[in-house]
Amino acid sequence: MEQILANGIYLGAQYAMIALGLTLIFALMNVLNFAHGQMYVLGGFVTYTFYGQLGWPFVLALLASCLTLAVLGALIERFLFAPVIRRSSREESTMLLAAGLAFFFDAVILLVFGEKQRGVPKIVDGVFNWDFRLIMPYDRILICVLAILSIVSFILFMQYSKTGRALRALAQDRTAAQLMGVNVAQYSMIGFALGAMLAGLVGGLLVTITGVNLGMGGPTSIKAFMMVMIGGAGVISGAIAGGIILGFLEAIGLAVLSQYGDITYLLIFVSLMIFLAIRPQGLMGKPWG
Amino acid sequence: MKRRNLMKSSAALALAASVLGSAAWAENPVLKIGFVGVTSGPAAAWGISNQRSMEARADWINEAGGYKIGDTTYDIEIVSFDDQKDPKRAIAGMEKMAQEGIHYVVGPNVDDGAAAVRPVAEAQGIMYFPYAFPKELYTAPASNAVLGMVANYQSGPAIYKYLKDEKGVSSVAFVAANESDPLSQRDGGVEAAKLLGLEVVSDNVTYQVDTTDFTPVLTPVMRTQPDLLVLSGVSPANAPQLIRSARELGFQGLISTETAQDATVLREGAGDLANGFISVGGASTPEIASDDMKEFVKRYTDMFGEYNDESNTKVYALEYILATLNANPAGIEDVTAFQTTMDTFEAPNPFMKGDAKMRYVGSTSFGQKRQIAVPLVVNVYQDGAFETLFVAEVD
Repeated sequence: MEQILANGIYLGAQYAMIALGLTLIFALMNVLNFAHGQMYVLGGFVTYTFYGQLGWPFVLALLASCLTLAVLGALIERFLFAPVIRRSSREESTMLLAAGLAFFFDAVILLVFGEKQRGVPKIVDGVFNWDFRLIMPYDRILICVLAILSIVSFILFMQYSKTGRALRALAQDRTAAQLMGVNVAQYSMIGFALGAMLAGLVGGLLVTITGVNLGMGGPTSIKAFMMVMIGGAGVISGAIAGGIILGFLEAIGLAVLSQYGDITYLLIFVSLMIFLAIRPQGLMGKPWG
Repeated sequence: MKRRNLMKSSAALALAASVLGSAAWAENPVLKIGFVGVTSGPAAAWGISNQRSMEARADWINEAGGYKIGDTTYDIEIVSFDDQKDPKRAIAGMEKMAQEGIHYVVGPNVDDGAAAVRPVAEAQGIMYFPYAFPKELYTAPASNAVLGMVANYQSGPAIYKYLKDEKGVSSVAFVAANESDPLSQRDGGVEAAKLLGLEVVSDNVTYQVDTTDFTPVLTPVMRTQPDLLVLSGVSPANAPQLIRSARELGFQGLISTETAQDATVLREGAGDLANGFISVGGASTPEIASDDMKEFVKRYTDMFGEYNDESNTKVYALEYILATLNANPAGIEDVTAFQTTMDTFEAPNPFMKGDAKMRYVGSTSFGQKRQIAVPLVVNVYQDGAFETLFVAEVD
């Protein structure tokens, strides 16, 4: 039981971080960013390059990931999403753009970083072992703590900073925010950059545990969408709840159902379908959008 | 006026250059060899190592003046198609090859793709060299598929027997991704282990192919305390993470797989925790690599920036196709001539030291010679490189 709880907390923290960026972008711009997983992968590769290849300190490499993805996110919003949103009121236009971006990033990653799985040296050696009842490598514990701290920092930023308040206002009512003097274009770009930066941050953190390869983007996006669906699209607390719930479902399923084969995600998907049929807006989403 | 003359001269020069260029290119006729496999998505590493091996070897051949088959010297052109690991795309790829008049195709990389293309290949007169293990692909009445590597039901028993005899292994646990290839390899491995008298303590734990954290997956397996953990059909992307998780969970026993791996990927992903990991390789370990193999590795590295150890097995298919056509040039247009030649074909293996031979095998497993004789090289990973554990042959 201790192991299941620890695995659940660890998986939940990392999943919540992945979902945060996705839901932020959706909340601000009503954009389903199918390229979110690829942004996560790019973040992992940037950390791999600076920390694993060039020998930079891990923290600096992580900052490089955040910065790279934030700049990339800002450019994507300014030169791709903003013009499309301005010119087309159809939601599928941005969806297609996001899907195209995902394919584009996959191709770029293959060209620049190659097809191989990449990994970096462990940031902390050793394994915590409590009488074989609870086994957890120290680097996972550290990453878990860092992920939780990042989530708390993000919530505090959104709650108390001027930028955070403006972003929340934008998410609640774009027109009202504009009437209150919020520079919508500027804060949309900042919000998208922040969402992309979160993807880069979690990619950089997790490359130390899971490594990174070009094929991880699509499955990561799917999991992120699942979390957002569970918690409620566009709701920050919902993304965190969705991530933690998915993490615990996965940890419990893998421990309890292992003798029946790989049915954990089958049951999760079935449960999700039933759940969405009953509560399509997710746990914390609003039925009116 | 001067400007007009300059333009005319430039146009004439460009025309002359293109004609001369075409003439130079057309010096040798071109022999097209196809590749249909996965070069995108999570399993891209499998197909890309195939494609790049073929391109590196073709480039080498062309640079040396071409490949002589009968009285004609050909330049080799590789025509590639990414099937995205989707059987429908694999069929489309094989149809494209047929439209281009190609009779020899390397791939597909996975079981369902290889099975899907069989009707097209047999109807269109295409010999194809899959990296897929189902026996029905190679057993009569199937005729056009040639297994391009050593199957797990051939390497597994050899590895388990070695570990039983030499390392005292008596119990074994299997873990596989929830996909057709790894699952069928797991079932074959379980059967082979039981036949050898090994106790199978766990064989039902599987994982999603996109899993990135294997600690929860392996926790129940580690409780069974096997002497040997077999990672059935594991992809190079997942192997280091599985090894790392198993070791971090306190597993002290041996870990093996029957798939080819890459030393750099293991070093980066698992570091010293991968020491002692046993996998199937090809011919690039220093003990057995010939000068040609070393040259191939160098050229591959120069072309693509980094070598992939999976190519140690994937260097062979193109070589077999060309050498067999050389033995019977009628095969260029007639695959039945190629099939006839396969029964008696034998040529020196350029990639291994000593007097190793290239020949077709598979009589024992398939009842007909529908497998290329890639050496069964069992490697052990140690401090960033593979060392040869033992070498065996398959028939």
